[in-house]
Amino acid sequence: MKWRLAYSKIGKIRFLGHLDMARVWERALRRTDVPVSMSSGFTPRPKVSFGLALPTGAESLVELLDVVVDDSFSFGDDVLSALTNALPEGVTVNEARPSVNGVSLQEDVVATTWVIALDDSDIVSSVERLARSTECFVERERKGERRRDDIRPGILHLAECRDDEARRLSSLGWQAEGVLVTAMLTTSGRGIRPTELVEALVPGAEPWVTMTRVIRTHQWINDAGRHVDVLTGEPGIESLATVIA
Amino acid sequence: MTSLWTRIEPLLARVRKPARYIGCEDGAIIPQHDAAKVSWLLAYPDVYEVGLPNQGLQILYEILNERADAVAERTYAPWVDLEALMRAEGIPLFSLETHRPGSFFDVVAFNLSAELVYTNVLNMLDLAGVPVRAEHRGPTDAVVVVGGHAAFNPEPLADFIDAAVLGEGEEVVGEITEVIAEWKAAGRASRRELHRALASIPGVYVPSMYDVEYDGDRIVSVRPVADGVPESVSKRTVSDLGQWTYPKRPLAPLTEVVHDRLSVEVFRGCTRGCRFCQAGMITRPVRERPAEQVRTMIVEGLRRTGYNEVSLTSLSTADFSGIESVVTGIVPDPTACGAPTVSLPSLRVDAFTVGLANKVSGGRRSGLTFAPEAGTWRLRTVINKLITEEDLYGAVESAYANGWSRMKLYFLTGLPTETDVDTRGIAELAAGCAAIGRRHTNRASVTVSVGGFVPKAHTPFQWFGQNGVDELRRKIGVLRDDVGRAKGVHMKWHDPAASLAEGIASRGDRRVGRVIERVWRSGGTFQEWSEFFVLDRWLDAMRAEQLDPDWFTTRHRTEDETLPWDHLSAGLHRDFLWQDWRAALDEHGLPDCRWTPCYDCGVCTGDGLEHIVASPVPPAGGSQGTGQDLSRGGIAPVRVTIGARS
Repeated sequence: MKWRLAYSKIGKIRFLGHLDMARVWERALRRTDVPVSMSSGFTPRPKVSFGLALPTGAESLVELLDVVVDDSFSFGDDVLSALTNALPEGVTVNEARPSVNGVSLQEDVVATTWVIALDDSDIVSSVERLARSTECFVERERKGERRRDDIRPGILHLAECRDDEARRLSSLGWQAEGVLVTAMLTTSGRGIRPTELVEALVPGAEPWVTMTRVIRTHQWINDAGRHVDVLTGEPGIESLATVIA
Repeated sequence: MTSLWTRIEPLLARVRKPARYIGCEDGAIIPQHDAAKVSWLLAYPDVYEVGLPNQGLQILYEILNERADAVAERTYAPWVDLEALMRAEGIPLFSLETHRPGSFFDVVAFNLSAELVYTNVLNMLDLAGVPVRAEHRGPTDAVVVVGGHAAFNPEPLADFIDAAVLGEGEEVVGEITEVIAEWKAAGRASRRELHRALASIPGVYVPSMYDVEYDGDRIVSVRPVADGVPESVSKRTVSDLGQWTYPKRPLAPLTEVVHDRLSVEVFRGCTRGCRFCQAGMITRPVRERPAEQVRTMIVEGLRRTGYNEVSLTSLSTADFSGIESVVTGIVPDPTACGAPTVSLPSLRVDAFTVGLANKVSGGRRSGLTFAPEAGTWRLRTVINKLITEEDLYGAVESAYANGWSRMKLYFLTGLPTETDVDTRGIAELAAGCAAIGRRHTNRASVTVSVGGFVPKAHTPFQWFGQNGVDELRRKIGVLRDDVGRAKGVHMKWHDPAASLAEGIASRGDRRVGRVIERVWRSGGTFQEWSEFFVLDRWLDAMRAEQLDPDWFTTRHRTEDETLPWDHLSAGLHRDFLWQDWRAALDEHGLPDCRWTPCYDCGVCTGDGLEHIVASPVPPAGGSQGTGQDLSRGGIAPVRVTIGARS
């Protein structure tokens, strides 16, 4: 049976990249004797698939992985805490639920929400300006080609972070200094990365200097035109229709 | 002293592979620091990916942290991008566990597995805020210690280190801890008194306690300068590996490293007697770990780390007495899901070994590596790597027949007595292997990997004048032409220029220290990395110090010459090494003493040690002088010399 697991990644461990994290997970699943199903073939691989890559250096409250295990096995609280113990400090396994649909995580998730701590005195007005604008061109190099494209359509929501959200993050152990900005960024089609948003907000800045901390707080799937939380199915603060209009 | 983490943190998102600097590995120990304890910073002078798997460092890390009077943390060389940021921000070298500055520690101990890392040692000391030259260190500065294989000739580092440890560190790190604890408790009075106390520990060499007298370029004498300092220092050896079941908590890194699997050391030492091999000479005698203990360490290590691959390490793992039963015990059913895979490094060249490789590989048949080392039987008798053509072709035949398609063959060039017949023999052997392969698969490929031979201290070849850069280049050119004509053979080679620098550092005396310092000051770090190696830095530094590279590298030494490391002993009689050097020139092979009578190399008798080998007979099908008829090897008949030679 396929299960979807959610974990958070906070603190020093944010400097561990996505592929390394995947290997760490495989070892943790073996150490905790989770009966992961194996692929068939010459070199059997554990049936584990990871969601959207989290940029190295970014933290997250909701990282996801799908894992196929023996039907008789279930992820009880004891298994979740055993996994947390087997994973590096800063990684906490928060939830596991049997996965209902068969769609892969990569295709499922259409947007993610980030809280970004920025060290820039003009950031509040930059946020307002970008939120009001209708287009925003950034340059990037991909496969040796310089491309200039409009990232504004991919910024679904952009505002200063609300105090209650900031307090929630702080209570979860997330420490950040500077102005906190919330952004919902698309991941389907031309996905937008937090670093690109920072480049758009503070032209000419080195993103990883201006952005002192960045954390993913939500992952969203599209349910009949509405953004709903990938795990709980609860609707987000912004619906797809209102934001794009 | 507090953690530097908050200052390091903002830099990490801007550098490559930042996970190298965060610690947090499974098996990492967060020590409780206490002013009364002796704090060790165990340093590896290369990047994290290369250094983390080092078993010596992991073993000492655990042993020290188990002691009530010591704590140990680790550090590795920061990559150039982070180093530049650290220097710009004034952040010193830091430990991985608690991110304390290097200068906080009582001891900074480097593991030296090769010579080209020496400039990194200086760089890391400087980055740590520890004065690079030992004479400039004051009472509060760290004690700088080196160990590992390259420390068997520590003279090029004599100006920079307080002490070098010869041999195995398990026991001696405790003794050093006690001496330093006493010195600390007495108020860190005089560094010279500390040096004198350290010099009294067996296996510990304190360069400042010895005076080297030169006559021109020649060393006339090396003499202790204080009472109680021994005239010569002998290596340390643990007598029974079975009593040291380390690492008990292997470090499982978060980020990918060069050997990303569990390692279990099955034996230490090797008496195959390959004359070019420093590791084989300095780690004698052979001490096997009991097979049952090997099994336990594998099971517990896999369980603890979550790895599903284990490497059974030693200098020649197929020689381990219990190898077949251990291997079949771990691989109960190759079709079972999740069964651990076994990797066997340092394989012998014979069909028995290929049989083992078949057993452990499960379904996978990627590539097999053999190291015949020389292209002709004659030259293999010179270097005492007694592999016949039949051994090699038999192994290769068996490998291709079992579904392997890629062979890698390791060779050295620039060996003593080597002629172009020998060099071109490499291409012939490779072509022969490829022809065998083509009978089995059209995907057959053979890759020849060629390194320039650099003679090392404490080996029979320590007297040999190595080939110069031009000669090595010429030989590689000859070989490239031949390989180019051979079907299905590819070739890789090491930069001969780097072999020259390695030669200077390997057999250098104390004067080479100034050269190393100049190379470092001119920006020459990471000299093992081809993208950073520039021979001119070394040649310019030699010129500035008025030293002749040829004196240190291409010149043959004579029996009566005092070698820079003659006052240091790996247990081997100098007479034995000289006789073995003469036997090499006479093309005489010498069998493995594990299963034949002792020829008195000096290690066992001198140190009251014995081989610990479970099997009284050589392994079945074993090549390389284990019971086979050496006369069948080739054109030149071989006389086997046993015991004392005239």
